[in-house]
Amino acid sequence: MGASVKKEFSGEKQLSGEELSQKEISEKGEKAEKAAVEPMAVMERERVPQDKNSDDIVVIHTESLTKTYGDLTAVDHLNLEIRKGEVFGLLGPNGAGKTTTTLMLLGLTEPDEGKAMIQGLDCTRNALEVKKAVGYLPDNVGFYGTMTGRENLRFMGRINGLDGKELEERIDSLLERVGMTQAADKKTSTYSRGMRQRLGIADVLMKDPDIIIMDEPTLGIDPEGIRELMWLIRDLAERDGRTILLSSHQLYQVQRVCDRMGIFVKGKMVACGTLEELGQQISRDGVGTVELSVYPDNVSLQRILKEIKGILDIEKNSDMYVIHSAFDIRRALSKKLTEEGYTIMHLRQAGSDLDEIYRKYFEKAGEKVG
Amino acid sequence: MGKTSAQTMGAGTDARTENTRRVEDIRMGGAGNQAKTNGNRRYHVLKVLFRKETAEFINSRRMILFVVLTALITVSGFYAAVSGLAESIKNGNTATDFLFLKLFTVSANSIPSYNSLMALMGPFIGIFMGFDAINSERTEGTLNRLVSQPLYRDQIIISKFLAGLFISAVMVFASGLLIGSVGVITTGLIPTGEEIARLFIYLCFCVIYTGFWLAMAILFSTVCRHAATSALACIAVWLFCAIFVSLLAGIIADALYPVGGGDMQAMLNEMKNYSCELNLNRISPYYLFAEAASTVLNPGVRTINAVTIAQLSGAISSNLSLGQSLLLVWPHLTGLAALMLAVFAISYVSFMRQEIRSR
Repeated sequence: MGASVKKEFSGEKQLSGEELSQKEISEKGEKAEKAAVEPMAVMERERVPQDKNSDDIVVIHTESLTKTYGDLTAVDHLNLEIRKGEVFGLLGPNGAGKTTTTLMLLGLTEPDEGKAMIQGLDCTRNALEVKKAVGYLPDNVGFYGTMTGRENLRFMGRINGLDGKELEERIDSLLERVGMTQAADKKTSTYSRGMRQRLGIADVLMKDPDIIIMDEPTLGIDPEGIRELMWLIRDLAERDGRTILLSSHQLYQVQRVCDRMGIFVKGKMVACGTLEELGQQISRDGVGTVELSVYPDNVSLQRILKEIKGILDIEKNSDMYVIHSAFDIRRALSKKLTEEGYTIMHLRQAGSDLDEIYRKYFEKAGEKVG
Repeated sequence: MGKTSAQTMGAGTDARTENTRRVEDIRMGGAGNQAKTNGNRRYHVLKVLFRKETAEFINSRRMILFVVLTALITVSGFYAAVSGLAESIKNGNTATDFLFLKLFTVSANSIPSYNSLMALMGPFIGIFMGFDAINSERTEGTLNRLVSQPLYRDQIIISKFLAGLFISAVMVFASGLLIGSVGVITTGLIPTGEEIARLFIYLCFCVIYTGFWLAMAILFSTVCRHAATSALACIAVWLFCAIFVSLLAGIIADALYPVGGGDMQAMLNEMKNYSCELNLNRISPYYLFAEAASTVLNPGVRTINAVTIAQLSGAISSNLSLGQSLLLVWPHLTGLAALMLAVFAISYVSFMRQEIRSR
């Protein structure tokens, strides 16, 4: 099935593309052959990037990247490495330098110092090549209101050198993928924000980028829309093996979708790693904190809690106890409470949540989170 | 990590085959892109952008206003010519040669001629097309999407300028040729080859004139963040050129070469005063265009500068040939084109240096 499609495809290419180089043709032939012999192998290849251990190619790499606007240092000696097929979250409050970083990665802004490389290409000097490989979804993405969604996509496809049947097929498949087939022929001025965002993703995918940079993709979208968007982002990374860099200040969504994240404060990346790594980093610095809620919540509970070793302090806010301890007491706590006949409604190690990690880093960096 | 494997496992085999194929399709399309050579791509992108600009303008509501404006210029200019021409000939005010060209220059009692309407309203055509060229894309949030595509940034502004110039050229030629053809039918005048050539040159002048205003509007649209600000700035420049330059020119000329004294020096100053005022006026594209247009459309105009009686002695009173008329306005043409290009160059540079962020 795959092979027949491919043949049709290359045939059409030869008709339309006047300057198809010999190399491309042979490459294509090879691909088609491979697919014909073992279609499974192609699928396996597509799925390879999911296995992050075997695929450690660094695609985005910055070296002491710096940008200043007058007195303000928007990005301060940023060192960043993002590997292929990874979803990386750039977290930070407004004005932390996230957008400036993405602009420098796209070669839209020149760094004052240091350099940014994407797939081995300098983002400032080879901006055009970089832009071919990188799709950018700006925050609050806009479209030409007088054109329909389909026309907008067609325009972007043409800029990226697509035409004819190939273009229309890709538009249709992308519209379907982002769930916009219904609204495709309405003018984009009538679109809601969520629709614009979905069309924006289709628009980014028009050029089939290896890397996608999204600036605040979840801003102003309803929860259901965010859920779908997050699913789509994971899907882009897992199924297509694309690398995704997304910047956000909405922590909850980012924590669900990202493999790794970097926390940005005042142009500096104060922490970087997986959620667990970040959590460990923080809990190493301070004492363990546990949230607890039990039934029945009676007077003797306080007494029982105090009997457990290692507890430093107990706070009660509304129906929840926040227990600070010298080490991890969850096991001891649950055992003791079960013995005493309590039902544990909620027991959670605080600090494993991005919100708290985030807050901690901000406190460390001397910042207040609004 | 757990989430990752769970979702992959969840996807059915059929769905996966389907999707893999789609991904493969897309990847192969990407390889096709690179086959195009760089130069070819450059031209291709410019063409796509040009097409989009033109289509967007034609589909916009502004187009209706634009057509109405051009129609008004055409109809009133034509009406003025047809109603004024007969009377003017009867009174002996108008020479009867090159009558066809008079369609563009004759005015009725209160209605200005097509030529003066064009000199006055031409700027509007240009401003109309360009005052929000860059800043509307910026506020709509399409500009940063556009610059993140594999294209050179200058292609954006060049395509906007070319598209604007193209549409205004179509409009100017449509209205000019309409007057000409309807004029032929209603008056029965048969244009000679020279008249047609003169009309063609005149219309080219109109296009360059509107092109200057288009470049000016694009400049303001690049510099100003809001479309309203840039529109106001354009109108301010237009009013300045149309009204205030001539006032200022008179004041400055009088200050430099006073003629009011009645003494010998004042008489000597007369000529210098006039030349000075004329040259200052020519800074304004409005004056430049009006002067050039009347020379091209009226072969009877033999000179555009002040001449002494001594210089005129022995001159044969006849019309100028097309070549000689062109020679007279050649500086005007190059001046206008240079002004247009200079203004466009400024907007080009300022656009290239701008940092494009989200809204």
